[in-house]
This record gives sequence, C-alpha cells and structure tokens, in this order.
Amino acid sequence: MKFLARVEVGHQAGILDPQGATVQRALPALGYENVSEVKIGKSIRLVIEANSESDAREQIEKMCEHLLTNPVIETYEISLVELTGDAAENSAGE
Amino acid sequence: MARRVAVVVFPGTNCELDVARAISSLGAHPESVFHLEDSLGSAEAVIIPGGFAHGDYLRTGALAQFSPIMESVSAFAAAGGPVLGICNGFQILTETGLLPGALQKNAGLKFLCASVGLSVASNRSVLTRTTTVGDQLQIPINHFEGNYICDRETLAQMKANDQIVLRYTDNPNGSLDDIAGVSNEAGNVVGLMPHPERASAEILGSVDGLVLLESFLAPL
Repeated sequence: MKFLARVEVGHQAGILDPQGATVQRALPALGYENVSEVKIGKSIRLVIEANSESDAREQIEKMCEHLLTNPVIETYEISLVELTGDAAENSAGE
Repeated sequence: MARRVAVVVFPGTNCELDVARAISSLGAHPESVFHLEDSLGSAEAVIIPGGFAHGDYLRTGALAQFSPIMESVSAFAAAGGPVLGICNGFQILTETGLLPGALQKNAGLKFLCASVGLSVASNRSVLTRTTTVGDQLQIPINHFEGNYICDRETLAQMKANDQIVLRYTDNPNGSLDDIAGVSNEAGNVVGLMPHPERASAEILGSVDGLVLLESFLAPL
C-alpha cells in the first residue's frame, strides 16, 4: 500500500516563532486588526509504502522522533491518505 | 602541550581556520577531519566549529548527526574524550543527543553579533577546569538560534549535576537561566554559543577565549 503523508511541524508551547510574530505585526498594516495567534511551521510531504495505515503512521512517528522534528522544541501532526490507482502509480498524490 | 586536535568540518562549516589558528597559538596541532571520514585517527580532543553545517537544512545541526564522522565522535565522547562544540557545533551536539536541550531562535528575533560578558558557572567541565567559578570573560557571539531551552526536569537535573558551564552576565538572546554553555553529565562534552576562537588575540579585542581553550587542551 502507498500513502501520501503530510507532517505538520509546529512549535512546542513557549517556543518562539519569530516569523509568525512578525507576520502578525504586519497584518494590521493591511487593515486586518482582527488576527491573532499567527503561527508559521513546516509542512513535510512524503510518499511511503507500508503494509497498513498504522504501519505507515508508526514509521513516520519514528522519523519524526529521530529526524523530521526536534521533540524538545517542536510538535508534529501526521495525516495520511492512501494512494490508489493512478495516484499510486505516479506517486503524485495530487 | 602538543595535543592532536581533530577539527571536524561539515559542508557549511566556516570557523575551522579560526579555531585551528587559535589552538595552534596555544601549541596544539589541529587536524581538519572532513565529515565523510569515519575515523578521528589519533586525535586526543575534538572540536566541532561554528558555521552552517549542511546549510542548516531542516533545523540547525539536525543533519550533521548522520554524517559518518559523528559515530566516531559519539564513541570518542562515550570513552571520556574531550569534545567541544562551538555555536553551530553546540547545536550539532544537542541534535546528536550528546548534550541536553536545544537552541531556538533568539528572543529578540534578531541575528546577534556582539561581544558579551560571561560568567563561569561550573569548573567541573573540560572547558573550564582551570578556571574559578565566577570568573568573568568577554567573548563574541554570532548567532540567530542561540536561545537555549530545555524542559524543567532537564534543567533541574543539569543544576543537580553541575552541568551549566557558562552563563551570560547580561542575557542577549533569552536563553533559559542565562545559559551560554552546558556540559554532559561527565563534563567531557561541552557546547557553548560564544566563539572562544574570536577572543584569542589582543588585536581581536579580547584574549579571554584562550582561557577556555587552554583549559580544554590541558592534559586530562
């Protein structure tokens, strides 16, 4: 089975997000005074072959713990979509 | 002193010549070791200099842990050999798991390049064993991600084990507990954000970095 995985990498509570803070400060200049909690993280997209969705998730969790994120300062959220038919053939997924 | 010192060079490392020059001035013999090599040879000490190893891709220091040489560095550290990480070298040592905590972006959200005051917090480490706790040093910093952070439990452990090596006298970057440098539990692996090699000659404005490098190079 083939899966398209997206890993959303964010900041642990209390970790600074200078990009988010700067963008938040800039938005009022465009007239948006109603925006708060701007956070800029990372999105990692990958295609993985695995025996099942839980197998894929487990492997990606390990990748997150050992390389994709630094658990001291970052959080992650994994979402998986199974690729079938042409999408699986091309591994494009979108 | 005629110690052979491995100076580890990754693609993107840029302080290796400054480090080599500074330790040469103290009588040591620096040997540049490229990250693709898997042996430290007969080195008696290891320095990971500053720069942008692997372009700081993904996170500062994150990819260096997979360079072949790091296995030897980890084994060398585990055997009690002296290992020093400066700036990006400190980031590499935390990402590799040889030192606790992590370095996040500076609290002021600015890249900092300035001379800062430091106070020796522990002289149990290989970097400070010839100093006295409370000694004041003036050494430059040059970083964006130098804001030290760890969880509360780790901080308590580090305090209990006397692993906080250097503190800023006037915290420039928001580091937890003013931490500028830490060691592992044994004290033989040390990382710090300031650059001792940039305070190694009168013409540079300070020679305080030599105090630390001399301690690091002194016979065990």
